[in-house]
Amino acid sequence: MLIYAVKRLSVALLVALTVSLLTFSMIYLSGDPAMALAGEAATQADIENIRRVYGYDQPIYVQYFGWLGNALTGDLGQSHYLNSPVSEVIFTRLPVTMILGASALSFGLLLAIPLGVLAAMRPNTILDRFALGLAVIGQALPSFWFALIMIFFFGVALRWLPITGSDSWLNFVMPSIALGYYITPAVMRLTRAGMIEVLSSDYIRTARAKGLRPSVVLFKHALRNAIIPVVSLAAVQFGFMLGGSIVIETIFAINGLGQLAWESILRADLPMMQAIVLVLSCIYIILTLVADILNAFLDPRIRVS
Amino acid sequence: MFRKVLASTALAAAVTLAVQPVAHAGKANDELVWSTNREATVADPYYNNTRELVIIGNTVWDGLLFRDLKTGEFVPLLAKSYKWIDNLTIDFELRDDVKFHDGSSFGPEDVVYTVKHVSNKDNGVLTFKNVSWMKDAEKTGANSVRIHLHEPFPAALAYFAQAVFVMPEGHYDSAASTADGKKQYGAVAPVGTGPYKITNVVAGDRIEMVKNDNYMKNGPKGQPSIGKLTFRTLKEMNTQIAELLTGGVDWIWDVPKDQAEKLKDSGRATVTNAKTMRVSYIAFDVDGDSGEPAFKNKKVREAVAHAINRQSIVENLVGPASVVIDSACHPDQFGCTQDVKKWDYDPAKAKALLKEAGYEKGLTTDIYAYRQREFTEAVIGDLANVGIQANLKFMQYRALRDLVWKGTTPLHQMTWGSNSIPDVSAITSHFFAGGRDDPAKDPKVAAALKIADTSVDPEVRKAKYKEALGIISSELYWLPMFTYAKYYAYGSEVDFTPTPDEIPRFYTAKWK
Repeated sequence: MLIYAVKRLSVALLVALTVSLLTFSMIYLSGDPAMALAGEAATQADIENIRRVYGYDQPIYVQYFGWLGNALTGDLGQSHYLNSPVSEVIFTRLPVTMILGASALSFGLLLAIPLGVLAAMRPNTILDRFALGLAVIGQALPSFWFALIMIFFFGVALRWLPITGSDSWLNFVMPSIALGYYITPAVMRLTRAGMIEVLSSDYIRTARAKGLRPSVVLFKHALRNAIIPVVSLAAVQFGFMLGGSIVIETIFAINGLGQLAWESILRADLPMMQAIVLVLSCIYIILTLVADILNAFLDPRIRVS
Repeated sequence: MFRKVLASTALAAAVTLAVQPVAHAGKANDELVWSTNREATVADPYYNNTRELVIIGNTVWDGLLFRDLKTGEFVPLLAKSYKWIDNLTIDFELRDDVKFHDGSSFGPEDVVYTVKHVSNKDNGVLTFKNVSWMKDAEKTGANSVRIHLHEPFPAALAYFAQAVFVMPEGHYDSAASTADGKKQYGAVAPVGTGPYKITNVVAGDRIEMVKNDNYMKNGPKGQPSIGKLTFRTLKEMNTQIAELLTGGVDWIWDVPKDQAEKLKDSGRATVTNAKTMRVSYIAFDVDGDSGEPAFKNKKVREAVAHAINRQSIVENLVGPASVVIDSACHPDQFGCTQDVKKWDYDPAKAKALLKEAGYEKGLTTDIYAYRQREFTEAVIGDLANVGIQANLKFMQYRALRDLVWKGTTPLHQMTWGSNSIPDVSAITSHFFAGGRDDPAKDPKVAAALKIADTSVDPEVRKAKYKEALGIISSELYWLPMFTYAKYYAYGSEVDFTPTPDEIPRFYTAKWK
């Protein structure tokens, strides 16, 4: 088990390093960061001065390895654009994104798992089709459009919910639904497939034969086993929620990591962008790792293979 | 029992959270919330050069002078009077009744400190050209300063009014240093003398300001009326409109024409279209550096100019406050004349010119743009009508400007806001004095601009700018397109007047 975990961790770190190198290169390809910092009305002299003063005149590899060296010592650098330490800004914005991710995931799971169970109880019936249809709509709807429709109905017309900000839990209702709805189909299908398989297994037949109540058979015996793969999928989806919240954070003006990432790309804020990618990669990798280890813990066949 | 307790707790929590008051803008709270799609991350006009900080800069800080928009004159603000001593020296007599927001008194030491700090290249002021013309400053009396210039700079008054904000002496001395020794000047807590003072900065989200009750009396900015002023970043235009309709914000701008018209028709907001200092232009690769030789031929450039229906773009896409321009400057800028060669919309003539130039079968090229895609798409449509197939390359500003500097764009449509400086030197001299932005590097144009930029005689300046603008237009180094106009939308309780320089004066706003 320990060897397995160490192997997975090594691969994860290599992935994080590769991602950071690629990000650094791609940001440079999209234009000169000194020009972005100087702004639209800057003259050539302004830009040259900024390049010199802020260190963008050094070769790219020097800048990258300088950043990497500092990052390994825990210093993620300074944002020239924000005039603040990168780590300070990221850790100010991370909690709101975590709350959004967690609430979106909760919504997605609360919708998808019951739908999956319902569909598995009556496979290939109208109920099954309805559950599948509801879930697929979630994936088919563009999240920005769905978000705007909700704003129109619940924010502008009915005035039930606040449209922007992150001051109270009410602010997270619409963003969580818009973001969480998207993961519904995958979770729902996995739950459905797992439940169908489990419900046809011998031990469920035995449980039924013992005269246990259907709800006990369903939730205590069947769902508990069928949901194991959903746990690992949920961990990965949580990483997706954190990294994929840019659009939702933008629409609902939630001052989180997604919005910070988007702004950092636009203004070529290299240290910030690098750090965000690193932090998100690490979170994603940790979640994947946890999911892998959890699966291995729950299913000995994975450990052995 | 446990279930009961749990249910009661959950209900209590829900009720508590549900009744949390949601902050609302508006007259009832005496708080005007204005919103744009840009972040204002650093509350210092020297270390953040977004339009938002230009606005906040003029709201929280004061310059030595002030531009009276009604007369176009520069009048004293922090100064009581000013006098040019010679072409390189200007003296200011200062007011003695001004206090900074922290309670300290304003005086000549503050002006000297500010000038010395910002004009030092190593201090990393972002738009250095706004201050680089100042060489030094010295205190000449209890309430007077002298400012020395590197070379004659007749536009100095405009910069003293709109770009040189006075900070208290020692303001940047407390800036923290990074691990590599760089000073974080922009992170210093903001202190100004202006009509509003900053009370809270939530980077990327909001900047909160309150009325400065001790603001100078009888100043040209007047006295602020509204108690609280808050800037909020709302990236998405639809969200901005939704918040405006529900009272979450009071003021937005840059509303697209179609949405502005719908808002106006709804009667739920005041909608105004007002001009700005920004202009749109098309630049040609007149040297053929991009590998596309067509635009070296003046006849092809003329064909493009005759092919584009600029008036139609203005009327159908930009807004009623926009006008077609013929000159490479904004009509409101000093020295800008429209008395130059004009290129009327005449597609038949465009086709004939293409034929004369040897492109009777048409021409395929690339056109680059970064702003308002629909404007460039209209241009592409007009060009297609005369046989020029222009493929749109739409990209981020900094990436495009990099390509422009490398000379790889055969045609590009871009814009320039001149930092709202009402002087031709802020645009024509920037683009045609021989620098990397200059598409032609015409020595005659550069020579005329050099004289115009450094002469202190207004008539000489006007004559030389006219000469330069005339050459640019007749040679078609640029096809000037139109002035930009913005749609503003604000709550019906707000008494606000848009200004033509794209710097909203929130300190003059009132509740109706």
